Amino acid sequence: MSVIEMSGLRKEFTVRVKVGRLRREKRVVTAVDGIDLRVERGEMLGYIGPNGAGKSTTLKMLTGVLMPSAGEARVCGLRPVAERTRLAMRIGVVFGQRSQLWWDLPLRDSFDLLRHVYRVPAGEHATRLARCRDLLDLDEFLDTPVRQLSLGQRMRGELTAALLHSPEVLFLDEPTIGLDVVSKQAVRGFLAELGRAGDTTLVLTTHDLADIERLCHRLVVIDHGRVVHDGSIAALHSRYGSRRMVVAELDAVLSEPPELPGAPLQRVEADGHRLVFALESATVAEVVAGLAGLATLRDISIVEPDIEEVVARLYRAPVEVGGAAVTGAP
Amino acid sequence: MAEPGTLTGPAPAVAPPEDERPAGRRSGVLGAYRALLGAQARSQAAYRTSFVVDLVGNVGATVFDVVTVLVLFGVTRELGGFTLHEALVIVGLSSFAFATADLLVGNIERLPRYVRTGLFDAVLVRPLAALPQLLLMDLPLRKVSRVVFGLAVLVASVTSAGIHWTAGRVALVLVAPLAGVVFFGAIFVTTSTVSFYWIDSGELANSVTYGGRDFTSYPVTVYGGWFRALFAYGMGFAFVSYHPALALLGRADPLGLPGWVGWAAPGVALVAAAIAALAWRVGIRHYRSTGS
Amino acid sequence: MGSVTATVAPPTDSNVTRWFRTFGAIAVSGFRRYATYRQAAVAGVVTNTVFGFLRYYIFLAAAGASGRVAGYDRGQLATYVWVGQGLLAVIAIWGWTELADRIRTGEIAADLLRPVHPVTSYLATDLGRAGFAALSRLVPPVLIGLLLFDVYLPRRWATLPLFVLSVLLAVVACFGCRYLVNATAYWLQDVRGPLILWTLFSGVLAGLYFPLGFLPGWLEALLRYGTPFPSLLQIPLDVLVERHPVPTQVGLVGVQVGWTVALLALCRLVQRRAERRLVVQGG
Ligand SMILES: Nc1ncnc2c1ncn2[C@@H]1O[C@H](COP(=O)(O)OP(=O)(O)OP(=O)(O)O)[C@@H](O)[C@H]1O
Ligand SMILES: [Mg+2]
Repeated sequence: MSVIEMSGLRKEFTVRVKVGRLRREKRVVTAVDGIDLRVERGEMLGYIGPNGAGKSTTLKMLTGVLMPSAGEARVCGLRPVAERTRLAMRIGVVFGQRSQLWWDLPLRDSFDLLRHVYRVPAGEHATRLARCRDLLDLDEFLDTPVRQLSLGQRMRGELTAALLHSPEVLFLDEPTIGLDVVSKQAVRGFLAELGRAGDTTLVLTTHDLADIERLCHRLVVIDHGRVVHDGSIAALHSRYGSRRMVVAELDAVLSEPPELPGAPLQRVEADGHRLVFALESATVAEVVAGLAGLATLRDISIVEPDIEEVVARLYRAPVEVGGAAVTGAP
Repeated sequence: MAEPGTLTGPAPAVAPPEDERPAGRRSGVLGAYRALLGAQARSQAAYRTSFVVDLVGNVGATVFDVVTVLVLFGVTRELGGFTLHEALVIVGLSSFAFATADLLVGNIERLPRYVRTGLFDAVLVRPLAALPQLLLMDLPLRKVSRVVFGLAVLVASVTSAGIHWTAGRVALVLVAPLAGVVFFGAIFVTTSTVSFYWIDSGELANSVTYGGRDFTSYPVTVYGGWFRALFAYGMGFAFVSYHPALALLGRADPLGLPGWVGWAAPGVALVAAAIAALAWRVGIRHYRSTGS
Repeated sequence: MGSVTATVAPPTDSNVTRWFRTFGAIAVSGFRRYATYRQAAVAGVVTNTVFGFLRYYIFLAAAGASGRVAGYDRGQLATYVWVGQGLLAVIAIWGWTELADRIRTGEIAADLLRPVHPVTSYLATDLGRAGFAALSRLVPPVLIGLLLFDVYLPRRWATLPLFVLSVLLAVVACFGCRYLVNATAYWLQDVRGPLILWTLFSGVLAGLYFPLGFLPGWLEALLRYGTPFPSLLQIPLDVLVERHPVPTQVGLVGVQVGWTVALLALCRLVQRRAERRLVVQGG
């Protein structure tokens, strides 16, 4: 059984829009438009999409905050809204924009309170807290009231709070929003560590694709409430023809463009001194060997495919009908 | 208030979550609620002077309710056919019931803000029922002063109204205030659920909660027309103080209802609580959070 | 404060016209800003209406069989209640904590940088707000009173202009009181105390819970001359229902003028003290 199952999940919001000076009109916004998805135990899922795609709405339906308009969701075999409190025991949630902690209490007290709320035995609680303190560097501000914490400090607190009851599934909605480089790395490192252990399922939404590259093997892209890609990051690259590039700097300008099998020439730059090849079936060594016969190599570098670029293309592309443009399963 | 079992209103209907873990299931839930209560007491202690000011201010509110009644009797000998002593029994029942319900459940007033800002999300992702969490998260201990004052008014009024005590009346004077508490608690919860549907409903709920308090502070004979019909019997406010007071005082109802109606208060309160529980359950499914 | 636009007029204008222009612009922006809270206004009207019914019946009961009490007859009581319920929102007696909030969060610093005195600019915004409230919150309860009850309509020609002036003074006086209550935030960490006291006393002493005429005469006079509260609600309503002969009517508005001037002066004084304190402490 999958840890998370969604079938035909939909959410519609009725909103009133101002038309003209006084009149208002009801309009239906389909935030999530029929999502079918399964997530297995231990998977690290990157759930991305442009602003307003319906990511947060999906997560709220999976955590029992929002009632779906149609379709079904199961998390840990439970129906999120109907069995909300039971589900809450088994999942951890961080909504990056919204605090779960007690505003006026020191972080330490919040954690202690959560121990009671989630009914975690004191020993277990202490072990896990110690680990989080260590990995997330909490010690400095453990006794500061939450309202006085900086964003990054608070977010580390939120993560800890979501993990103290060792949830089976962790839902993170933009956990790295507004964090500086160091905090981001701390959070990512922590989550990577969690993923390595292999028994926590992670669903992560973010706009920082580096989070995804670092943490997630599977990537689901949604747009206008529909899945437009589901697969590994590599699958996404191959779908959009983004490949690794070899950039070769030559001493001399070649009279005619070189033909290397499995590595078509992409661009010629710097008055013919710089050649850019895409790596298809050839290896870097083969390209180097092929070029060495033609001219003296001054420098060679390899450019990884740019995920930002690929995703931007995906976001800009019109949504396919049915939204089920699924490529390569992981 | 430390135990969910003593919650008024619809709270008992919201069953505590069942724990998967075998040991200490029941005590676990209680422990969780107790911890919530403790945490909130601690965060209130962070604002100590405000707490004292609130204590005083809250008594003041009830004092002025009583003062208003006294002032009105300063210009008239009878209000709706009731003397000052009789009217004070009504005021006492109403003040005590409202103040206690306000202490225990009045916090729900903050629901509209939670719904509008999406703060309610955080309540929903915790493994406890939403309603007790909301109430305990900021139990306004400062309102205790008001309960004490309300009780004092109630005791003073029933002892000085010349009531002819029978066993039945003694039972009624104990049960009726509690029924009033349950009833007002149910009103608080039911009206708060409006904000699930109408997010900007603002102070709308006040018209029924605080309006109900004012309504129940006077004999219903004071009011007229459909307004009386709506508040007294449509919503049931007549059973909080008016009918029980008639039964205690041994007066016939000038409006012609039979004497046993005064004893119907607990039944009415239970019906109200059931409606509140239902409204809450349906309402929570309409919660729409906010855009992230 | 939101979108305060201090229009810079060409230098040919006199100082006074320029001042009025700025004031007008701020007031208009206040009107606009509050006009966006339309749904809340609807909810507020419903609440005022329910309390209108309650108070009308209770006052009427106090008038008893004779139908007269403290110089009001039934119609006058009806007018008193229904117009009073509307005025409550126009003077915005409760619920204004904007200044205190801005002081607490330090955003007040931005107001102090503006070329308009804070008391002036907050007052202008408040008049804009009152303008919107007069349309959205005063009209509905008055209509309900007119349609459902035998309200008293003024008989003297002078009453209506006098009432309008009286309401205007009440708005400004109430603003002054609220400003002072909020300004305690300059000195206190938490303004809940002053706010609670204000809420408690303003309702009773302004004549909302019962017309102050229900009190002994000496007490009413003491409150009227010794405190600003009756100037906020009771006096405009007494003017409207013509409870007193014309000279007294005019005299009551005079009392309001006195209180309004005194309160505004006090606001400016408090503001100056507070600013000096801010400079010293580097708030
Ligand atoms: N409570 C709500 N009421 C009305 N509309 C909503 C609500 N919540 C979300 N929406 C709408 O639903 C759509 C999806 O919103 P959602 O918050 O799920 O997007 P998202 O993918 O999380 O975007 P972002 O990346 O900006 O966080 C948006 O068009 C949004 O306006
Ligand atoms: Mg989002």
